[in-house]
Amino acid sequence: MVTKEDTIATPVVLGGVRGGPARVATLRKDRWWVQPVTTVTVLTAFVAYATWAAFINKDYYVGAASHRDLISPFYSPCLTGSCVPGSHPGSVLSWWTISPALLILIFPLGFRLTCYYYRKAYYRSFWWAPPACAVADAHNSYTGESRFPLIMQNVHRYFFFAGLVLNTILTIDAVMAFRQPGHGIGISVGTVVLSVNAILLWLYSLSCHACRHLCGGGLKVFSNHPIRHRIWKLLTPLNAKHMAFAWMSLVFVALTDLYVRLVASGTIHDAGFHF
Amino acid sequence: MEEPTTDPHAEETAPSEETAEATNVVAGVPGSVPAPSTEDVTMVIWRGDEHGGEFATYHLPAQEGEVVLDVVHRVQATHAPDLACRWNCKAGKCGSCSAEINGKPSLMCMTRMDSLPPGEPVTIAPMKTFPVIRDLVTDVSYNYEVAKRIPPFEPRPKTADEEAAGGYRMAQIDVERSQEFRKCIECFLCQDVCHVIRDHEENKTAFAGPRFFARSAELEMHPLDVNDRRELLREQQGLGKCNITKCCTEVCPEHIKITDNAIIPLKERVVDASYDPIAWLGRKILNRSKRTAREAAASAPSKGPAAIQPSEPVSGVPVAGGD
Repeated sequence: MVTKEDTIATPVVLGGVRGGPARVATLRKDRWWVQPVTTVTVLTAFVAYATWAAFINKDYYVGAASHRDLISPFYSPCLTGSCVPGSHPGSVLSWWTISPALLILIFPLGFRLTCYYYRKAYYRSFWWAPPACAVADAHNSYTGESRFPLIMQNVHRYFFFAGLVLNTILTIDAVMAFRQPGHGIGISVGTVVLSVNAILLWLYSLSCHACRHLCGGGLKVFSNHPIRHRIWKLLTPLNAKHMAFAWMSLVFVALTDLYVRLVASGTIHDAGFHF
Repeated sequence: MEEPTTDPHAEETAPSEETAEATNVVAGVPGSVPAPSTEDVTMVIWRGDEHGGEFATYHLPAQEGEVVLDVVHRVQATHAPDLACRWNCKAGKCGSCSAEINGKPSLMCMTRMDSLPPGEPVTIAPMKTFPVIRDLVTDVSYNYEVAKRIPPFEPRPKTADEEAAGGYRMAQIDVERSQEFRKCIECFLCQDVCHVIRDHEENKTAFAGPRFFARSAELEMHPLDVNDRRELLREQQGLGKCNITKCCTEVCPEHIKITDNAIIPLKERVVDASYDPIAWLGRKILNRSKRTAREAAASAPSKGPAAIQPSEPVSGVPVAGGD
């Protein structure tokens, strides 16, 4: 047991003159600002679109009248009494009167908000802590994720679990979309869009750092757990592409909603064929 | 906060040989540099010591195939024999020649001149996170003090079979994960670029930094090690301060995936130990305990609840460039 008497206070000089000019944010000459500007632009556009799509509460389902079964990923599973007929498994939450999307989007929002990649992206771009490597932090003090509210980032694994449930539901949606009511089994642009969306969401979830840890990364001795080691080995190369999957799935889920919305509103026709 | 004082070596930076072209001492931010011939290289190098400093500009004829360290050596040979810089292997393996080249933390020996924008001045500054001793040489003793607080390898007892066989036996799959971190050359570029201490020096008292998170990860993932450093990392080594912006990974000359393979796995282990209620319940049911920070730190060369005790800043010397 270590006691206070064992403590050796080793002095390290804080302060001292630093190299480089004072009050200059960075000596970098490259276009370091491109990445944060791009991130702000894309994330802001996504948030604006998703907010609009979540609140508008219409044109999220293409049903039997069009010989289709396409539902927007923003509204699936549609659990409230206000869901349009055919889009939901039953009025589970009949008391919920506002947009059903608000009930669902909290989970993918939490998953992405606490995601290790997105944390990097928005800490750099929105919070400027720091805006880029070797570019000065915009804040006078800093405690990182060691205090409330940012300590709540540690709930990421629970949002990951919720994400797996939603991925499963969206996968079922994609499979069910191949049924074309009144026609039988068929393929359309909508089925392809929903399928690609589900695949990208699975890739994003399975490449998650929490997933990698839970599946095997937390082990000390791999050789005692060969199956978990195998899974960890499979997930590691996916994890290296987590950023790419994060962006692809984010953009595509919005495009999927947009496509379903355009078909549901009658703006475009969902081209396809049936067997 | 004051501006750096006049370069104490200004007189010494005058050209010392006939081959040298015009040499200027430019105060403050490099930028007002006379346009050189396109066949010249212009080096803008920080000159100074613990009392302050400024950039000095040197023009040299370009030579093919050089790295930045070669040019710095030519500056020493032809312009400024008193220019201080650390170097040793010139092969990216000793970690001595760390500096900030055009604002990016890099090894001077591994940065080719032809990788930099042609015709533009090359700015070389010392690592900003550490106090300047002289010119490009900084005092990196902070890192050695942190290193003393990392509990060393603590192997489990040998089994009877291992005793009979004469030593431990480990499977390759169990050790290969840690081997990535053994590539570290301790250039401290990751420590330099980490904004937690680069821009907020007060965090040095309770933040180990990416190099030492990688060291702790190496030990935590070692199949024989029995220490449990999770509470130590959370309470005293400031793992929660890291906001995973991955700059340490970006600058690592050994391409160690510090964030993805060391820091985030450690953060997840800390979640297991401190923030996951299901993991907590599992520990209770299975009657498993975790080591406290103090217990985990018991074998470290320097012990104690405080990570690093700050001493008084150098008397009368401001922290230039720290804001």
